[in-house]
Amino acid sequence: MAAAAKSVFEPDYGDVDRGVLSVMAPPGIRYWLWVGFLAALVLVGGATWTNQVYRGLGVTGLTQPTMWAVYITNFVFWVGIAHSGTLISAILYLFRTRWRTAVYRCAETMTVFAVTTAGLFPIVHLGRPWFFYFLAPYPNERSLQPDFRSPLVWDFFAISTYLTISSLFLFMGLIPDLANAREASSGWRRKFYGLLSLGWHGTDEQWRNFSMAYLLMAGLATPLVLSVHSVVSFDFAMAQLPGWHSTIFPPYFVAGAIFSGCAMVLTLIIPLRKIMGVENLVTAWHLDNLAKIILLTSLIMSYSYACESFLVWYAKDPIELETFYMRYYGPQGWIFWLMIFCNCVIPLLLFSPRVRRSMVTLFIISLFVNVGMWSERFVIVEGSLAASFEPSQWRYWHASFTEVTITVASFGWFLMWFSLFARFMPIVSMTELKEGLGWLRQAIRDSYSRAA
Amino acid sequence: MTRYAMVADLRRCVGCQTCTAACKVSNSTVRDIQWRWVLDIEAGEFPEVTRTFVPVGCQHCAEPPCVEVCPTGATGVRPDGIVFMNYDTCIGCGYCAVACPYQARYRLEGKGYAYATPMETERNGRSPLQLGTVSKCNFCSDKVDAGRKRGLVPGVDPEATPACVNSCIASALYFGDINDETSIVARLVRENETFRMHEELGTKPSFYYLWDKKQ
Repeated sequence: MAAAAKSVFEPDYGDVDRGVLSVMAPPGIRYWLWVGFLAALVLVGGATWTNQVYRGLGVTGLTQPTMWAVYITNFVFWVGIAHSGTLISAILYLFRTRWRTAVYRCAETMTVFAVTTAGLFPIVHLGRPWFFYFLAPYPNERSLQPDFRSPLVWDFFAISTYLTISSLFLFMGLIPDLANAREASSGWRRKFYGLLSLGWHGTDEQWRNFSMAYLLMAGLATPLVLSVHSVVSFDFAMAQLPGWHSTIFPPYFVAGAIFSGCAMVLTLIIPLRKIMGVENLVTAWHLDNLAKIILLTSLIMSYSYACESFLVWYAKDPIELETFYMRYYGPQGWIFWLMIFCNCVIPLLLFSPRVRRSMVTLFIISLFVNVGMWSERFVIVEGSLAASFEPSQWRYWHASFTEVTITVASFGWFLMWFSLFARFMPIVSMTELKEGLGWLRQAIRDSYSRAA
Repeated sequence: MTRYAMVADLRRCVGCQTCTAACKVSNSTVRDIQWRWVLDIEAGEFPEVTRTFVPVGCQHCAEPPCVEVCPTGATGVRPDGIVFMNYDTCIGCGYCAVACPYQARYRLEGKGYAYATPMETERNGRSPLQLGTVSKCNFCSDKVDAGRKRGLVPGVDPEATPACVNSCIASALYFGDINDETSIVARLVRENETFRMHEELGTKPSFYYLWDKKQ
């Protein structure tokens, strides 16, 4: 009895290693069927995009005045999703937050693949995607230079910097765990993990250098959490369109990004911990804390929505008033109210500790938030364009097969890479869990006592 | 310094859309793309209703919001004030089109023609390589430039004047150098009540509308 109680409530270093490494065991047929299904989605999306490139954007619903709609919505949505990863892995690391250890690797992985997914959309939505490299300042003989006044060029630098830093940060944190995996594996896996672990043997010097480098990387990544989505918000705020031209956008977008990103972490990690049997490493206590961040950012979002509407009402600009009236009561007004319901009303349930500790309700709430945040991006991007300066030009975007397919395929693309990573790489950090073993034991005891 | 401008006399425009048709033929724009069109605005309550016809299109702003946002510098302002498009460097992001408060920019979104087979003007006027690029009214700059080389005066000689101005049946559209005090556009702006669209945005359009406030 005593031995059984210890294994549940007081895992030691070996339990942590075994728990995480068991996830990396060779996968079964169901796993490959799942990955195959996602790969098929990606292929269908790729074929649809090829058709779009060949026939032109006329196959989509994009036309004057809604030249930007679902593709840019997806772009902003995925960039937003990417944000919480760096918040959890870098900012909370600097603050020495205890609960991040179990979830940060998952969040960071999500960040890298979400940025990769987001980066596809500015190219997908181009009329001439084969010239996307015109955005890069590369030496050439045709005097081609990007115009640095354009927020799209800022985007290019912001997103590529973010992808570089977040990938490096993810990889750096993985090194000790990969060495662990190397020691526990054989055959090609041993070679593979051996190659990636860069000769890590856990010497004192290696740990000293690693800790310092990790701290510096966290410091480097921290400003990016604020800057990247601020830059994305400039795409809109810099244009003079009603519904876009607002100084509230940068903080509003950053809060929304953290909100949606934390929700996506929950959406991914709740099924993952069940399927992969790591419920004792990623405990209800960890997710409870994540839910509190969602609640906080939801309140910030509610304030932002109210503030945005108040500013329009107070300024009394007739064009802006009309655009917002159409946003609330126009043909697509239901999307706005869906957004309010998902982002402002549903998360209020998280005030209840019981809701925060129920995996089922947390998962459902996270899905609502994902839907709500996608709707928010759509309302801002498409809604503002559809009803802006010229009433004679008001026209709403209509869904097309091409855009819906490519949007669904983007989820396939993201989940495919995430699923591959989760099975072949340590999706929970052994190093950090072992560093904070006391906290983990406390969290497990806490989870069990509350459940009892 | 030359600065080309257009003037629309709203007291004379009858909303016949001849300028729209002339522009389409002259510039070979495809279906759903209209560089020049005429708004039909109703005001008042029955039976006291008035209709006003307002020709619109690119306003050739002195400070165009579309130019600032273009990431590749594919659009810009010429020294004579005409806002141009460089199709070679346009990547078709559509940012200029969403940033334009006058919604005067269109992306060429398909290979289609008005009818099953391309008309002669369509064959001659448009390259298939333009697919995916953004286009807009350019004050018929090719015509203006060619005319000037021949010593013609834009706005006076039809061969150096935009198609919409030439075709106007009501003499409601005028074109010329607004900085030349003797030009017709400078005189009309000087002698009449005028407004420019969305002046509050600070875009400084080169498209003036003549109207009579009392009406």
